[in-house]
Amino acid sequence: MKPRPTYRVFRVVALAVVVLSLLAPLLWMVAASFKTNVDIYDTGKALVFSPTTDNYVTVLKQANYVQFIGNSLWVAFAATVASLLLGVPAAYSMSRFNMRKSALVVLMARVIPGVSLLVPWYYVFSNLKMVGGFGVLILSHMFVSLPLVVYIMMGYFDGLPEELEEAALVDGLTHIGAFRRITLPLSVPGIATAGILSFIFSWNNFMFALVLSGADTKTLPVAIFDFVGYASIDWGGLMAAATVVTLPIMLIALFVQKYVVSGLTAGATKG
Amino acid sequence: MATVTTPARATGGASETPDTPGWARWANEHRKWLFAAPAMIFVAALIVFPLAWTGYLSLTDAEGSVRAESEFVGFRNYLDVLSDTERFWPAVGRTATFTVVALLFEVVLGMAVALLLWRPFKGQKWVRVAILMPLVATPVAVGMMWRLIFDPNIGLANQVLGWVGIGPQPWLAGQHSALPTTIFIDVWQWTPMVVLILLAGLTSLSEEPQEAARIDGASTWQRFRHVTLPLLMPTVIVAILLRGIDALKTFDILYATKGRGGGSFHEVETLNVYAYGLSFDYNEYGVSSTVLIIFFLIIIGSMWALTARRKEAHR
Repeated sequence: MKPRPTYRVFRVVALAVVVLSLLAPLLWMVAASFKTNVDIYDTGKALVFSPTTDNYVTVLKQANYVQFIGNSLWVAFAATVASLLLGVPAAYSMSRFNMRKSALVVLMARVIPGVSLLVPWYYVFSNLKMVGGFGVLILSHMFVSLPLVVYIMMGYFDGLPEELEEAALVDGLTHIGAFRRITLPLSVPGIATAGILSFIFSWNNFMFALVLSGADTKTLPVAIFDFVGYASIDWGGLMAAATVVTLPIMLIALFVQKYVVSGLTAGATKG
Repeated sequence: MATVTTPARATGGASETPDTPGWARWANEHRKWLFAAPAMIFVAALIVFPLAWTGYLSLTDAEGSVRAESEFVGFRNYLDVLSDTERFWPAVGRTATFTVVALLFEVVLGMAVALLLWRPFKGQKWVRVAILMPLVATPVAVGMMWRLIFDPNIGLANQVLGWVGIGPQPWLAGQHSALPTTIFIDVWQWTPMVVLILLAGLTSLSEEPQEAARIDGASTWQRFRHVTLPLLMPTVIVAILLRGIDALKTFDILYATKGRGGGSFHEVETLNVYAYGLSFDYNEYGVSSTVLIIFFLIIIGSMWALTARRKEAHR
């Protein structure tokens, strides 16, 4: 049945409002990043202004953002790879052997407030002289991405028919061989979903890096605060910094939309 | 048993013949724990010991440095914290307000948008892209972005209000408007999450009950209220559960918009922000651990209550 014309008009208007209210603030942020601070303070120049790239020069050169971009990339990448290496086999076992209680242990990491772990972590890792280094950052970010990988991959393996592995066993593969040669190649879409989500969540993570990173190892979300002073805020620089942090992740999401959506909604419709 | 030939044989698998090495046989036999253990040990090592320690610290008067000597004080911290009406209980109140109000808006708006997107139409792809953007944006950057928009003097928000003849509002700077404004930011960023989850739920519903209700002459509202909503209820509860855990623990946007301690009057100081401040600004490890243990119990309690509701909804 086709929707009535009145509903169709209503839907177009309503969705236009939704899209506008979601995108307008982001566009405003990007626009402000191309304004001088004088133009930002002049409310008459809200939409008409002569764009400048000065803020980006400040962010990338003076504020050392090239290094922080590198830090964020390295931490997110390493945490993602490590989480996949630990998480994919674990999710496979938990799915095939129906280890729901063990899965719960891993998913606890999502529930626990991060602050309650940070004091002991800080103590232990500073005794090991690791605070301020990449190792502890990667470990703490894995704590965010590993449960995500396990959760997404368990759902994926649950939906993968066991018959394929059984056929491989009949053909003389070992269990681990069947996992490696049959299940893993078939799981590439699931692994891609888990990897992308893990990367996004690690890139966006703030609290762990706030406590555990050092001046040379800080990630982008922490570096944003360099533009917030006690007395005044460099709005142009701040918006350019915010754009540098968010734009890459939004572009990634744009290109791999399907994976991001399936990762975010993983397991939501299961009983 | 019928032999199923797959290309796998052609590529040559390591079959379990008598010359399979012993370790490989052992690995195959114990693959269940071999696969699961590394991840579980990792998580357990990073959770169990720290949590136990936090539990222990909550019974001591540790402060200043975790290395400093501390004395066992029993449940004194708990008595102190639970009778603290200046910081603790207001923080509990703000956490509850933030979570409940944000969730309410997110679920109602999320349901509305999901229903709008349910039936396919031209351009739906682009609407979905727009919905994804706030969701993946870095929360700290989102906080900074809204900080500019809500700036009382130069912000876009007051400019827009000016066009329709409403006077400027203090937004984040106001003692009473700060918390509602941060709730607004949370709703902006996370309603899309609820939309995606509910949309996934709606798409998985079967068409038959809808058709039956339509033939019986049910109106659009009646169909939603008595057919769609009850069938979708388990998904709604999953959305509330997932969003609820994160809303209770909200930290990034509060820290980005109001800084330490939730602002100079602690306007947006939730339990998480309070505990963070106690730990890392004041180094009051004993008290902060107590707050965290209580906070953790609150989270577990609310999850447990929701999961019980979910089981009910399934019946």
